[in-house]
Amino acid sequence: MSTTTPGPLQQTSATFVGMPTFPQAARAALANTQQRKNLRHATHTIRGKRERVVAEVPEWEALRVAGAEAKDEALTHLGDYLEQLEASLTSNGATVHWARDAQEANRIVLDIVRSKEVDEVVKVKSMVTQEIELNEALEAAGIHAWETDLAELIVQLGHDRPSHILVPAIHRNRSEIREIFLREMGTVGRPAPDDLTDDPARLAEAARLHLREKFLRAKVGVSGANFAVADTGTLVVVESEGNGRMCLTLPETLISVVGIEKVIPSWEDLAPMLQLLPRSSTGERMNPYTTMWTGVHEGDGPQEVHVVLLDNGRSHVLADRVGRQALRCIRCSACLNVCPVYERTGGHAYGSVYPGPIGAVLNPQLRGTASTIDKSLPYASSLCGACFDACPVRINIPELLVELRGQVVEQEGRTAESAAMRAAAWVLSDPKRLAGAQKAAATAGRVVGTRTVRSVPGLGAWTNARDLPTLPTESFRQWWARERGEDDR
Amino acid sequence: MSAPARPVADLKVALFATCFNDTMWPETPKATVSLLERLGCRVEFPMEQTCCGQMLTNTGYGSKAGALVRRFVDVFEGYDAVVAPSGSCVGSVREQHPGIVELVGDDRLASRVEHLTPKVYELSEFLVDVLGVTDVGAYFPHRVTYHPTCHSLRMLRVGDRPLQLLRAVRGIDLVELPGAQECCGFGGTFAMKNADVSIAMGADKVRHVLETGAEVLVAGDNSCLAHIGGLLGRQRSGVRRMHLAEVLASTEEDQA
Ligand code: SF4
Repeated sequence: MSTTTPGPLQQTSATFVGMPTFPQAARAALANTQQRKNLRHATHTIRGKRERVVAEVPEWEALRVAGAEAKDEALTHLGDYLEQLEASLTSNGATVHWARDAQEANRIVLDIVRSKEVDEVVKVKSMVTQEIELNEALEAAGIHAWETDLAELIVQLGHDRPSHILVPAIHRNRSEIREIFLREMGTVGRPAPDDLTDDPARLAEAARLHLREKFLRAKVGVSGANFAVADTGTLVVVESEGNGRMCLTLPETLISVVGIEKVIPSWEDLAPMLQLLPRSSTGERMNPYTTMWTGVHEGDGPQEVHVVLLDNGRSHVLADRVGRQALRCIRCSACLNVCPVYERTGGHAYGSVYPGPIGAVLNPQLRGTASTIDKSLPYASSLCGACFDACPVRINIPELLVELRGQVVEQEGRTAESAAMRAAAWVLSDPKRLAGAQKAAATAGRVVGTRTVRSVPGLGAWTNARDLPTLPTESFRQWWARERGEDDR
Repeated sequence: MSAPARPVADLKVALFATCFNDTMWPETPKATVSLLERLGCRVEFPMEQTCCGQMLTNTGYGSKAGALVRRFVDVFEGYDAVVAPSGSCVGSVREQHPGIVELVGDDRLASRVEHLTPKVYELSEFLVDVLGVTDVGAYFPHRVTYHPTCHSLRMLRVGDRPLQLLRAVRGIDLVELPGAQECCGFGGTFAMKNADVSIAMGADKVRHVLETGAEVLVAGDNSCLAHIGGLLGRQRSGVRRMHLAEVLASTEEDQA
């Protein structure tokens, strides 16, 4: 196989074309006070849980290093491990397909589903199938793709978009969910009971009954994978509700779409991963369901297993020496839950299925920085560093953001900002120029006097809610020269 | 806490005022000098210094910061210690200078950077780790709350050093800030480029500050303080903002 694709994204997802820049989308999101409340509550709850269970593991730092090393080993020799994976999968009776981009992957899946002459598939929650917009592609061909994860079901029934990697309906509260179930379930299957309340147990029961008939009927299941083990040819899905296991074991045909970065070298490498992932994502010591499948076993589970190995911009990311660490991501969403920006804007503002800090780096990496939204994402961070601390595979997200900002700046060429930055660099590169600028500022300071500054032309973004500091009449440098002149060289 | 390897007075200490403090908040480097001299240091302010380059780098202009790194090394490499009253700028020296030099592709400069960087300290690090003091003899009879800025906290890992120093201040009533570790929303150009989110973050920080009933908000970075203080000022809250160095420099005479 080849891991080289020409440049970032041939295929850009249609859904997000024309998406406003992050600051614009964020402003709209900030105005949604109910969503802000829901998000704050949810992220702080998971954050607290994660901190508690991580603190229980004294060797957490060593585990993080082991996790990062396993992924790095796989990424450094990606071609070799993918070939090994293909060989082991094939010898276990699975069929391996390679997809360069979303279009190719969707076509492969569609062909398989068509060959089974069915008009529906059941799905395990998977980021990669959202990334390639598989549901939409299937829908366009007249095939229903039923999401079976509870939160994903809420999003699907609500004709909504996911706003969190792990908790796609994080922006919804219970009463909103009840309304969606009552309104929508009946249109696509078993309706919700008329007396449905917003009690979580009742909501879950309604979803369970609604989904059950779909599980029992479906001939084809579609999944992603959290990990793909090269030496044994084993795919792994980690989940909490058991719906995934139903999809992975009941249908006769299973199609798993797997990003090429999901490969890990060996069975042993699963050990740190399966400790890092649940603690980081849901704050659990161990997730309730871990399903592993290795090819086909007669009379047990799916009798036809297809694995679609997807590139879709990943080998382009791999080629970037600094940027490639983003491919270590195990989609735990810990970085989202600790991010102060995500907490206030929610996921939709990021214009992708990958929101939050990792989305702010991964989207421009995978899709390139041609669109306005992808150009604005590297700046959607205060660089506070909370994401790096939380990341179980030690992805230095702030470093990546700064790196990507450099790429955006380079691509933009000459702008008002670059002129200002060049001027700043010129002033700051020489103490005499700096002193000159300070003197000018001091003069301005004297003109303004000690009145509190409420607005300054060009600084609207600062002054619309914040006072500006008053300018001192003398810089430190001037003071030092006056008081301690002997050091003035 | 390690005792100084040699008498404090023998250390050749340079003040890195940082361009922002030098220009906007001269009281902070002045306080730093008076504090360090009170503790027996000989402090110099090399006039050739300018800026660490952080604003350029964080906005995506790292390639323009090469000259600033070279200047920084030229100015400071002759000293035993370089002290700055800014966690953010020291963080930039430690975390970004090596990368900038790599971008510029200058191996000789890279080794000079590597040599200098461990001698660059944020103020609380220098006091606690190098001078080995936590009681700096300060007097500050006010209700104070402390915001540990992100870069001090997560880049430099200064930990509770600033709090150790504050707890030893006479007369102080130090109260805990709820959600202390959360970013205030400044983030350099983030405060301008994403002003709405920045203000939303800052508003929560201000709410927490007001909850404490403190008269003075203290931090180790004037940039974050300018942002939080700007919001506090607009609300006419009456809460003052002060740099850690200014609190630690305060003595009984100042309060008279
Ligand atoms: S970047 Fe790290 S913390 Fe964020 S989702 Fe990926 S693995 Fe988790």
